[in-house]
Formats: sequence, structure tokens, C-alpha cells
Amino acid sequence: MTHAKFSRGLVPLSVLSVVLLVGGFAMVFFYAPNEADQGFVQKIFYLHVPLAIVALCGFVAGGIYGIRFLRKGDRTDDLRSYVAIHISLILAIGALITGSIWAKASWGSWWVWDEPTLVSFLIVFLLFACYQPLRFSIEDRERQARYASVCAVVGGAFVPLNFLAVRLAQAYTHPRVFATADGGLPAKMQLPFYLSLLGMALLYVTLWRYEMASKNTSWQLRALRRKLAGDDAVPPVGRTAAPTLPSS
Amino acid sequence: MSATPTRAVVAALIRKDLRRELRTQESLPAMALFSVTTFVLFHFGLDARSLEGDLAAGVFWVTMLFAAVLAINRQFVAEREEGGFDGFLLAPVDRTALFVAKAAVLFGFLVALQVVAVPAFAILLLEPSPGPGLPELAGMLLLADAGIAVVGTLVGALAVQTRAREVIVPLLALPLMIPVVIAAARGTAPLWLEAGAAAVEGRWPLILGLYDLVFGLLAYAVFDYLLDE
Repeated sequence: MTHAKFSRGLVPLSVLSVVLLVGGFAMVFFYAPNEADQGFVQKIFYLHVPLAIVALCGFVAGGIYGIRFLRKGDRTDDLRSYVAIHISLILAIGALITGSIWAKASWGSWWVWDEPTLVSFLIVFLLFACYQPLRFSIEDRERQARYASVCAVVGGAFVPLNFLAVRLAQAYTHPRVFATADGGLPAKMQLPFYLSLLGMALLYVTLWRYEMASKNTSWQLRALRRKLAGDDAVPPVGRTAAPTLPSS
Repeated sequence: MSATPTRAVVAALIRKDLRRELRTQESLPAMALFSVTTFVLFHFGLDARSLEGDLAAGVFWVTMLFAAVLAINRQFVAEREEGGFDGFLLAPVDRTALFVAKAAVLFGFLVALQVVAVPAFAILLLEPSPGPGLPELAGMLLLADAGIAVVGTLVGALAVQTRAREVIVPLLALPLMIPVVIAAARGTAPLWLEAGAAAVEGRWPLILGLYDLVFGLLAYAVFDYLLDE
């Protein structure tokens, strides 16, 4: 088991994502103009939309790693898929909360049902929120990994289909910031937005790498302790939703 | 690969499941009773003598979905508890046959359920007669049933090996089937208008068809992994 590959380049990556996020948000507040209708409240857009986009991409990435696990059977891919979905869930909660705040500020209520993007996002969130209970309720490690991967693949394929269905079902009330009749997002808003998006994506990758490294290190540690002190010294893992790597 | 043609395997499995249902009667009667009870519940819950349009379609489809969950819960239990999986895995046959057979049986259950539930719904709650739009209604029912059957079978196979099967099935299946409810309810609503059946918008059957296709292919591709012992 090579543990180095999970921690390589983590420091520059962390620095870069901090710089990009701070720089992006600094531009949001000091460079981007206030939106004409909504005023200062609209600034939450630079946090909400990147959160949501990155979370959805993370769910799909979890599905892709799920496919890889099913094809190749490498437990590390299952761990990758698990960590991707785990962090996406956290970002998704952030996106739902910021979306709700934005809805309250600009439409006057905390939740707006005729708003397809918010609703589809909630559905996807509800589906993936079941990923961990599913893992937790399967004891056999190998089967847990396989079933969780199938669940991740189905969920990943569900994301675009669900967005299509919900969007068709509702009127267009969500601000289409990129493709509206009057030309979409102005240039002075575009740059801060793309910077925040990139920063958020890097933050996601950084968190994902840290979690991978941490999970791997603790398994490494277990294996070493077992080797040093004998099998009895290390208590067996209890029931857990987290994937376990076969200890080397 | 396999000595027996897959079609024969599927047919044998379907026959087995139908015979089993005929003898134990553990799914269909429960589904039908549950649906009628839920209609009565909705009558009191909504305090409505009759429903029409959007509301009628919503009540009907949510009830169908919950009734389907009952069947999905039981779908693979016999396979697991009475050694059906072992027997099937020992046989030199294509494994996807089990998926096709189970989905076909669930589809059959849903159609049989609706033969009872649609008239019951028309008598108990629906204000306009469902007569005029019946062919369109049948089309929507079949398309939606196919989607529910495919996704339900996949979820049923996923959940049967877990400890908390009764919890996992609704938690996984219901969000996955939200597109079915959206499309089926929107597609059925114009058929049940008090003013008389209106035309169904083409996009709803289209979405249902797309959903059936995508999840059909997906389930076909991943089902093998749910069987390996």
C-alpha cells in the first residue's frame, strides 16, 4: 500500500485553493458591482452556485469511481467514491442553506417550490443522503463496497435525468444568469464568479485528498500496529459506513 | 455461455414467481387493500368528497408508488431466505435473466393492481368518469409501471441483503421515482379534468419513456454485481 500518493502535493494544493477562494471572494465584494434589482443580497450567488455545481459534480464523480470499482475491484476506488459523496453531501447542505437564504431575500419565502433547480437539488440530496445508511446496514465489507458502488452509479445517472424532469415540470423562475435575453452575466461579475467556482472546486479536491490521506493513514497505522503488537492488540473494526481497505 | 436460452430462463422464473404469488398471495392482495385504504385516508385527510385534475392525479400516483414499495419490499425475500439465490447462482444461466423476470413480474403486479385500483379510485374519489381518456390513461399507466418496475427491482435487489430492508427500500426508491411521479401525474391530470378529458402533452410520455430506457439499460448493466456471492 503506497500512502505517499495520497499526500503528495497537498500543501501547494491547499495554499492554492485558499488563495483562489480568498481572492475570488475579495473580488466579489470589492470588484463586482451590486446587482441592480437585488442589491447586496445577490452576492450570495457567488457562494451558492459554486457550492451547488461542485456538489453535483462530486456526486457524479462518486458514480464514476463506483463504475471503476465495479469494473476493476480496487477497494481504493470504493474509498474514493465514498469520500467524494461524503464531501459532496456537506457542500450540498451548504448549497441548500445558502439557496434558502437567497430565496428568502429575493422571493420572500424560505422555500420556493416552483423553482426547478432548488427542487431537483433537494431530490438529489435526499437520494444521496441514503448512501450512508445503505452502507451502514450491510455488514460484509466486500458486499458493502459493491452495493454502495451500484447505488453511487445509479445516483450519478439519476442527477441529469432528474434535472431534466423537474425543469420541464415547472415554470422558469430561477434566474438564468448565463443565458438571459439581455446578454447574461456582465463581465465584471463573470470574473469573480469563475474565480469562486474554481476556488470551490479546488477546495473540494483538497478536502477530498485530505480525507483520502487521513483514511489511508489510519489504515496504515492499524496494519503497522497489528504487525508490531500482534493481531489481538488491535480491536476489530465495528460496524461502520466507511469503507475499509484490506489491511496490508 | 449458457446452455439454456435466456428467454426460457426468464419464462421459467416468471412462472415460478407467479405460481408462488398464486399460492402465498403475499403481495397483490396487500397492494390492492393498501391502495383502497389509502384512497379512504385521502378522503378524510383532504376532507374531499371528490377529486379532479392535478389533485386526483397526485393522490393516485403517490398511492401507486407506496403500493409498489410494498411489493418491492417482498420481491427478493424468498430468494434470500429460502435459498433461491443459491439455486439460481448454481444454474448455468445468464444472471440478468433474474432481473428481467423480477422486473416483468413487478410490472405484472402493478398492472394487475391498477385493474383494481383505477375503478376503485373512480368510484371512491374521482369526480369525472375516467372513461373518455381511457386509452391515453392506459398508455401512461404502462409507461410509468415500466419505470417503477425497473427501478423497483434494482432497489429491491440492493436492499434485500441489508439489515434494514424495510427502511432502505422507501428511502432509496422514492427519491429515484420522483421523475416518474412528476411525469405520470402531470400526464394524467388533463385526463381527469371535470370539464372533460384534455389532450396529454407529448413531453410527459416522452420523459417516462426516456426514464424507462435509461434506468432499464443501467439496471441491466449493474444487476450482475448485486448477485455475486
